[in-house]
Amino acid sequence: MTGATNGEGVRRRDFINIAAVSFAGVGGLAALYPLISQMAPSADVLAESSTEIDISAIAPGQAIKAVWRKQPVFIRNLTPQEISAADKVDVASLRDPQTLEQRTTAGKTNWLITMGVCTHLGCVPLGAGEGEVKGEFGGYFCPCHGSVYDTAARIRKGPAPKNLEVPPHEFSSDTVVKIG
Amino acid sequence: MSFPWANDYKPTNPLMQWVDQRLPLPRFVYNAVGAGYPVPRNLNYMWNFGILAGFALVLQIVTGVVLAMHYAANDKVAFDSVEHIMRDVNWGWMLRYAHANGASMFFIVVYTHIFRGFFYSSYKAPREMIWLLGVVIFLLMMATAFMGYVLPWGQMSFWGAKVITGLFSAIPLVGPPLQEWLLGGFAPDNAALNRFFSLHFLLPFVILGVIILHVWALHIPGSSNPTGVEVKQESDTVPFHPYYTAKDGFGLGIFLMLYCALVFFAPNLLGHPDNYIPANPLSTPAHIVPEWYFWPFYAILRAFTSDFMFIPAKLMGVLAMFSAILVWFFLPWLDTSPVRSGHYRPMFRKFFYLLVVDVLVLGYCGGAPAAEPFVMISQIASMYYFLHFLVILPIVSSIETPQPLPFSITEAVLGKDESATLSPATPAIA
Repeated sequence: MTGATNGEGVRRRDFINIAAVSFAGVGGLAALYPLISQMAPSADVLAESSTEIDISAIAPGQAIKAVWRKQPVFIRNLTPQEISAADKVDVASLRDPQTLEQRTTAGKTNWLITMGVCTHLGCVPLGAGEGEVKGEFGGYFCPCHGSVYDTAARIRKGPAPKNLEVPPHEFSSDTVVKIG
Repeated sequence: MSFPWANDYKPTNPLMQWVDQRLPLPRFVYNAVGAGYPVPRNLNYMWNFGILAGFALVLQIVTGVVLAMHYAANDKVAFDSVEHIMRDVNWGWMLRYAHANGASMFFIVVYTHIFRGFFYSSYKAPREMIWLLGVVIFLLMMATAFMGYVLPWGQMSFWGAKVITGLFSAIPLVGPPLQEWLLGGFAPDNAALNRFFSLHFLLPFVILGVIILHVWALHIPGSSNPTGVEVKQESDTVPFHPYYTAKDGFGLGIFLMLYCALVFFAPNLLGHPDNYIPANPLSTPAHIVPEWYFWPFYAILRAFTSDFMFIPAKLMGVLAMFSAILVWFFLPWLDTSPVRSGHYRPMFRKFFYLLVVDVLVLGYCGGAPAAEPFVMISQIASMYYFLHFLVILPIVSSIETPQPLPFSITEAVLGKDESATLSPATPAIA
């Protein structure tokens, strides 16, 4: 190791210096991870991830608001007119192109289950409750910034970029749906 | 730094001499806001607002710390603990109204301070750093005020938190997970309320730190003044104390009268009644509005209603809202006129007043429902806002002929300056 004695090339001390500082740097970064990760949803929040809802009392044309992950979910029993109104729309003309069939379970097309959270900035749109404004496309209307959704809860007008989100769900029986 | 003629700190009290030799903190204060800081003699009342902003911050910290002794940051009891403060805690109603209206007063004062900066071009060399730090303080203030408004956990608190954190979900790819991370859940919840409380307590002290940097940067070139002509000689300045401590004291009296009128006679004038309804995640209030001091920016956010090129409307609105403040960072380089004060810039002055009107119009639209004609007015006003900073200001700077400047601050005040005739540049000597 001539370099170590006459100061040329990589000295032993340079190596120790770089190794020590790198190790401290990696350690510092590793210590940051829990500090950042602690802000993510905690285990109890994540545990509320599924809920079962009885839908037997919802007549065609009616809708209810359920709660999943502390957020509202709209469960709507579509009338045949609402289904045909949704099917008549040219899908290619939509901002977020989806058919009603893609947004519902096969054989249960009348059950439209979506989040009650406007995809713009998260307000609860009107239209699920009795007597609420449904907007010009007969679905939902968000009063905050004026987004209008159609009978398949697809965005038709206003600032929202996406259709109302369809949460993962399956029918446990003809009258019970499990969300999450 | 200081001018060579600045008074030197000479304590006569032996105790102060002893302290000065070991920790020159009194000397530091004397040179910062005492007789050791020479200030232009021609400052008008627009120069009161820096001190007033500092006072408002202290007011917020003092009332905030005592409110925190009675408040509980838990989504089940937060609303009730605020009502407990209002009804049961000794003087609690006054402290809470003082804190809520103190925030409004803080913003009134800071907006005046910022527009003073616009008119007198206080951001120009060599004062760019003071300006940049000031914009940082304003951003921190906005974050602090927003999180404070969430704490009572009323309807406006909850939906404000949802809408504002929803802004982050507009960011492509990382947006939705980022929003979940910020909230610690899928919607505002106990986790969000707790962290907002923690940060709302912390950020005012961060603001205090940046204010110290802001004042430090100010003391390097010294204060600007209404003529925009730099200090040349001792006759241009007076010591900060007693001249400006007295003048600021008078301004503070006016400030306190306005403030007390709000707190004691109209404590809910600037608030929103919906925030006295407990937070309900299943029902959005018909008309969500932020506090008045965010209205101009909220109007810009809502002005984007259709997709622009490949950028979704939602992202455009968010980008525009943040850009409305970030553009201030570039102001020192957008306004290239060598003349500072709006008094000597006839064309600039007209556009300045137009900007004031534009921001007031934006503010009105931001508080109004999201319907016509307010949407269209916001769109026009938002466009003009950016036009002012990015197009009008650079063009005006290059085509405008400024009016002649006084030789010195002394001449501006007294009508003549002896040293002007002695100046080697004047023909009298040559």
